[in-house]
Amino acid sequence: MVDTALSRAGIPTAEEIIEPSPGALLRKRVFGNTGLIIGALVLLTIVFVAVFASFISPGDPFDQQLARKLIPPFWHDSPKVTWEHPFGTDALGRDYLTRLFYGARISLLIGFAAMLISGVIGTTLGVLAGYFGGRVDMVVNFILTTRLSLPVILVALAVVSLVGSSLSVVIWVLGLLLWDRFAVVMRSATLQIRNLEFVAAAQALGCSTLRIIVSEILPNIVNHLIVVATLEMAHAILLEAALSFLGLGVQPPEPSWGLMVSEAKGLMFFDAWLITIPGAAIFALVLAINLLGDGIRDVTAPENRN
Amino acid sequence: MLFFALKRLGVAIFVALTVSVITFSMIYLSGDPAMALAGETATETDIANIREYYGYNRPIFIQYLDWLFRAVQGDFGQSHYLKTDVSNVIFERLPTTMLLGAFAISFALILSIPLGVIAAIRPNSIIDRIALTIAVVGQAMPSFWFALTLMLWFGINWRLLPITGTASWLNFVMPSIALGYYVTPGVMRLTRAGMLEVLGSDYIRTARAKGLRPVRVLFKHALRNAILPVVSLAAVQFGFMLGGSIVIETIFAINGLGFLAWESIQRADLPMMQAIVLVLSIFYILLTLFADLLNAFLDPRVRVG
Repeated sequence: MVDTALSRAGIPTAEEIIEPSPGALLRKRVFGNTGLIIGALVLLTIVFVAVFASFISPGDPFDQQLARKLIPPFWHDSPKVTWEHPFGTDALGRDYLTRLFYGARISLLIGFAAMLISGVIGTTLGVLAGYFGGRVDMVVNFILTTRLSLPVILVALAVVSLVGSSLSVVIWVLGLLLWDRFAVVMRSATLQIRNLEFVAAAQALGCSTLRIIVSEILPNIVNHLIVVATLEMAHAILLEAALSFLGLGVQPPEPSWGLMVSEAKGLMFFDAWLITIPGAAIFALVLAINLLGDGIRDVTAPENRN
Repeated sequence: MLFFALKRLGVAIFVALTVSVITFSMIYLSGDPAMALAGETATETDIANIREYYGYNRPIFIQYLDWLFRAVQGDFGQSHYLKTDVSNVIFERLPTTMLLGAFAISFALILSIPLGVIAAIRPNSIIDRIALTIAVVGQAMPSFWFALTLMLWFGINWRLLPITGTASWLNFVMPSIALGYYVTPGVMRLTRAGMLEVLGSDYIRTARAKGLRPVRVLFKHALRNAILPVVSLAAVQFGFMLGGSIVIETIFAINGLGFLAWESIQRADLPMMQAIVLVLSIFYILLTLFADLLNAFLDPRVRVG
């Protein structure tokens, strides 16, 4: 009774006065960002599929049954359609859904590992250039310019073909080539904060340079780092698919999505779904990671949106 | 301006030299190039002969200098597979790739600049949302899959466009779209951001206050300044595209530099691979040099800062 009387009198209630806690504000921003939620959900689903591929797959990714080859997926109107192979089978009679599930492992593994390697290289170079400036900045800038002038796909293809292609070679080649954006973003992020008071305070206290960089600079630019990391992971996944498509990435019989498109390209005019399904999988994964990255940027630094 | 240009040119030459070292040392990744050339059944004397013939027995530094000295004069040696001059083959194929790249970048600019401008006029409107969605979707599409899908629908199902070769300009439509679409999100975002910034500035308000027609304000006053970074991005992206053409040319069987690169990689044709990587890198370096100089010429702040 009293409560309603008060609010009728125009006096705000307790809920209206108390400012929401920072956590609540963050939650509101996270859950208000549709792209972020969709991206995170799709990515989580794909990660789940990749981790539990051996439990949820209907078959074995390498098991060839030539008698049951090229069964169309369930949405096709064909007498051959069977629920034993919901996404059909490829030209060698391997279950397509199973290969798709196992392919998620390869994409995620290569994307994540390449991103880690390039992240370490790029962040180190970028933070050093931003923190020290001057000569160091010039040298890093030179390395960066040199790296940018090398055509990525061409050099990756050439190196993989010369060294011999394997999962770890693909990861290292992509990791060593894709660090440029890390360096650029980390450099400008470091530049923005290196002259702030808390850095000066740490310097005045006599902290070592390493300690200043690790415990003063890095924690303050980690949100930029995460955003670039998602973008570069997506980039690495796209490049792996392209390398595998050209026959110089993951080698058969491994089920890489790019390789699946490549293997099906001779049949695409008769069975278009053979390229549609793995292509859509790459698209969904890359889109999810990009949406997540954009979402994280909007939530942590909304001023950078435009 | 002259000082800036000379400094920038010096950096470009230094970068080009570093790239040439990387390109040259690439062939040693597989171990001994003579052994790789000779094949598995070769005898010791065969390998020694090949080493002698191609000069692989000289000190690496001498080999590099010799290669560089000839490369500067336009001589990249003989193709191991085609047995003709590498430079002849490259210059025969280069125009096709340039043409494809020019079509692709034109497609990208024609699509993305108007979209970016419209998005900036009405930020957060439906059109802006659609443009941003196109950008996000475009960035996630694997180019080879997009190319195959285009081929499937426009080439096979609807029979609108030829799917392979370079017989007429119609053959370039799909490859240009497949190669160019990847650039559109970046150009669009940059145009949008640039326009948003410029449209908020004082001189635009002055122009509007003078009673100039909105179209004139938009294109004559605003776009002119907002387009500057777009020009340098387009130059840089054109360089990236020439590298990325390897995927598209392979799919559409376009007889350009990218296809040649793919063939040479398949054939382990080392001199050809080296030459293509070097030519594309140098081209990229020249493009960025051009973009930087243009920017410095148009915007004095770049020269000083």
